Amino acid sequence: MVEEVKPRVKVPKSAAVGEVVTIKALISHKMESGQRKGSDGNLIPRQIINRFTCDLNGVNVIDVAIDPAVSTNPYFEFDAKVDAAGEFKFTWYDDDGSIYEDVKPIAIA
Amino acid sequence: MHRTATSLVALTLGLALAGVAYTDPVEDALVVEAEDGTIEIVTTAPAPDFLKDTMETIYSGWHYRETETRDLQRDDFDNPGMVYVDRGLDLWNAGIGAKGESCAGCHEGPESMAGLRAVTPRVDEKTGKLMTVENYIDACVTERMGLDSWKWTGDEMKDMLALISMQSRGMPVDVATEGPAAPFWEKGKEIYYTRFGQLEMSCASCHEDNQGKFIRADHLSQGQINGFPTYRLKDAGILSAQQRFVGCVRDTRAETFKPNSEEFKALELYVASRGNGLSVEGVSVRH
Repeated sequence: MVEEVKPRVKVPKSAAVGEVVTIKALISHKMESGQRKGSDGNLIPRQIINRFTCDLNGVNVIDVAIDPAVSTNPYFEFDAKVDAAGEFKFTWYDDDGSIYEDVKPIAIA
Repeated sequence: MHRTATSLVALTLGLALAGVAYTDPVEDALVVEAEDGTIEIVTTAPAPDFLKDTMETIYSGWHYRETETRDLQRDDFDNPGMVYVDRGLDLWNAGIGAKGESCAGCHEGPESMAGLRAVTPRVDEKTGKLMTVENYIDACVTERMGLDSWKWTGDEMKDMLALISMQSRGMPVDVATEGPAAPFWEKGKEIYYTRFGQLEMSCASCHEDNQGKFIRADHLSQGQINGFPTYRLKDAGILSAQQRFVGCVRDTRAETFKPNSEEFKALELYVASRGNGLSVEGVSVRH
């Protein structure tokens, strides 16, 4: 079965102006480190997600450089200050050039 | 004389403190935040009648794990096992059969499986065979879909097992021990108390006689399987109950039974019955 890459994000539906909200982001990914050998004795080529970013209304919230020691299905939990209603944009960058994206709206309560 | 008495008191006190700190399951309650509301999970229950002589209370293995590990199970988003449940759902809906059949084609939504995990292993009325959830999956895959059997502890089998178990989350484990199940249950009980391997240890050596104590760095639980399949942090993957049995028996330095062997199926029934009254946890998180 093909290992499917699937982003999952949890963002509150609404927040007060200036409120700091907690965001959780997880992506299913095997995060092959490049250190392991396959059953044929050869190295399995590295394929990890090397960068993860989150923007709120075009302003960067977090930008993470990821290295091979990070586990499979990498999970990030972080805070963001919400000044206006808008949209969180999440982006994961794969070694193979693939880009996985997810978008979550947030309203002002 | 006086000094000896004092040090004895100190020693006793120290042991007592250590006893409180290290041998009891943690007192805590599990409420899971799911996508559609919260679910209360029963993790502590009075022991079933047949265990009354050996223990008063049964505890889910959740009580024996560290705070961080316990917390992972409180929110479905934090529970890494849900990745496998999602994969199971994709598989459920996929037309994978020889003629394009899917699980959903016959059974509609996975909710139709609610309750199954709570009462298995059980004896099938028609065939008289003991059936685990995996046996039911295998019957569908081979007989109705016309496929080769899935590997018993492979990805597809365990993804599907995770999805089906989730449908019974929060329901009390209630496997039958009498009637047609009685001979299987007796066989499982015998295996439970039989010492295996070079270390000559039975299941009871750890999980009954020494539960709550540490075996090197491992906090011994009662060996309940109401939480299975479980996401194991050590493996970064999901684990079925019989896979755990393989691990335990191997650790006694024995040749193990195979998953889906008659021995492990009977043992699964007996061990499940020791947890009658605890909630099915769907996909739990352990270390």
